[in-house]
Amino acid sequence: MKRAPIFGLMAEFESPTELTLAARKAYDEGYRKIDAYSPFPIEEVSEAVGFGHSRVPLVVLVGGLLGGTGGYLMQYWISALNYPINVGGRPLNSWPAFIVVTFEMTILGAALFAVFGMLALNRLPMPYHPAFNVGRFAFASKDRFFLCIEAADPKYDRVQTEAFLRALSPKHISEVPH
Amino acid sequence: MAEDPTVEVPRTSRPPVIAPGYTFATVTDKISAIVLSRRTTIGWVMGFGVGVILTMVLLLAVSYLLVKGVGVWGINIPVAWGFAIVNFVWWIGIGHAGTLISAILLLLNQPWRNSINRFAEAMTLFAVMCAGLFPLLHLGRPWLFYWLFPYPNTMQVWPQFRSPLVWDVFAVSTYFTVSLLFWFVGLIPDLGTLRDRAHSRFARATYGFLAMGWRGSARHWKNYESAYLLLAGLATPLVVSVHTVVSFDFAISILPGWHTTIFPPYFVAGAIYSGFAMVLVIAIPIRKYYGLQDMITMRHLDNSAKIMLVTGLIVAYGYFIETFMAWYRQDEFDFFMIQNRMHGPYSLLYLVLILCNVLVPQVLWFRRVRKSVGALFAVSIVVLIGMWLERFIIVITSLHRDFLTSSWGMYYPTRWDWLTFWGTVGFFIMAMYLFIRFLPMISIFEMRTLLPEAEVEAEAK
Repeated sequence: MKRAPIFGLMAEFESPTELTLAARKAYDEGYRKIDAYSPFPIEEVSEAVGFGHSRVPLVVLVGGLLGGTGGYLMQYWISALNYPINVGGRPLNSWPAFIVVTFEMTILGAALFAVFGMLALNRLPMPYHPAFNVGRFAFASKDRFFLCIEAADPKYDRVQTEAFLRALSPKHISEVPH
Repeated sequence: MAEDPTVEVPRTSRPPVIAPGYTFATVTDKISAIVLSRRTTIGWVMGFGVGVILTMVLLLAVSYLLVKGVGVWGINIPVAWGFAIVNFVWWIGIGHAGTLISAILLLLNQPWRNSINRFAEAMTLFAVMCAGLFPLLHLGRPWLFYWLFPYPNTMQVWPQFRSPLVWDVFAVSTYFTVSLLFWFVGLIPDLGTLRDRAHSRFARATYGFLAMGWRGSARHWKNYESAYLLLAGLATPLVVSVHTVVSFDFAISILPGWHTTIFPPYFVAGAIYSGFAMVLVIAIPIRKYYGLQDMITMRHLDNSAKIMLVTGLIVAYGYFIETFMAWYRQDEFDFFMIQNRMHGPYSLLYLVLILCNVLVPQVLWFRRVRKSVGALFAVSIVVLIGMWLERFIIVITSLHRDFLTSSWGMYYPTRWDWLTFWGTVGFFIMAMYLFIRFLPMISIFEMRTLLPEAEVEAEAK
């Protein structure tokens, strides 16, 4: 595929409401390779850019199950199979005593999967991203809201897309170089 | 959010969570300026210096311990668990308020937590570090601490999973790991803000490295929020489990004064009690010193005081039930233990404990006290002392006179016990000072969500 000369076009807005409306209009217009940037989470915006469903919960469930079963099996293998010790006549597989460590391992597995799963799904760490080439993008972590339509979008057209963005009356429009 | 948090609710006439008049930009500037542009003041250097000096004392005490052995502490038979375990339980309890604020109050949708969760989580981390040090040193040969973990080894031995001491290793290490992850995940967007606003190249590179390329994308936020909420959901049962397991260290034994089913809830309540006291002890000076009264408002102090009052009453109930059961059970040794606690050689400490933990905090019933910053600070210090004494009483008075009169003894801490304890206090102070200087002590992005302008208007819903 031929690489577009720029990464995309970025429009800057001043409020979460404007960004939500703009993102929704862009999606309705047929743009799919769009992303919105905001200084804090806005649920409506995530939905507006067509990202309504996060896979993090599934990842966390898998982590918790792995941690929990792994934790129990480890204790079973150690205490009943590999290193059986009779402590006061208790059964070798004394499951009530194993609950605590099983629980802690469940939490540990789920928490590790939550954090590293979230980072992986977000493709972080990412040392370079074209969005940072826009000077004003530094305000995305302060008080400004950005909508980016990427050049890779099939509907993208340098002139028409800019006209579309301009119709949303943003504060600024900038080209995002690669 | 249904209610606009900057607007005062007239019904209850409570102060707002954040003072009116702030915008996204001013909130960002105010918090990040503390880290990025505020000059390092003499006051900071002096406070940090005290922390460093005491940390040096800690290093000295630990080095001496490593050279001489645990005999330099006042521990012996019958009291083999001296200051080490007292301080361990005290410190780890303090950490619990941080997780309560960051996780449980998030799940309960209490927006006032947003301005105090960050430093409370940092407090948790540093307190758990101080706590973890004590059982490790108490091992006698701390350099072999990794024997606590199950790993394949040439000795062909494994930990004993029926022992609460092994449960404790898993509980505390999981707690530390999850607290660290939770704290760091919360920091990522703010590190991005600092990266975009730092002036020096070095600061920009450092914060940029830590922010890992965070750019506030809508997709990222969605995954982020999901992970953050789930972490809160995981940390909530975890924090309850940690002090429960700590109390199992005592309750699973058969010693009178330890072997009781009230311990888990009573320990957890005590942990949150002392933790909120520490939150107030930290919050009150920094909000004054850094002029953050608009963000850590009287409402926060008031709410923290109320939580202290409630958990303090649960702790008082624990003391009552302990005493009642000792009488009701009609067990000779149990009854002797409680009598010895009240009238024996440590009775003065017990009296002070009741004064600090049960009687003095009752002043928090009065709104006038909860509205006075100085009084809250004083009560918090009293509670911290009281909770430390509680652990001292539980550990020492139960051990020093058990079943056989011939094995009775007294426990006196040595100067090395005291130096180690104050050394960890110093380490805690030093770590908090570094944290306040180099990282945003209030979560910037969560403060932005509290502003009315963060609301998406109805037309866009």
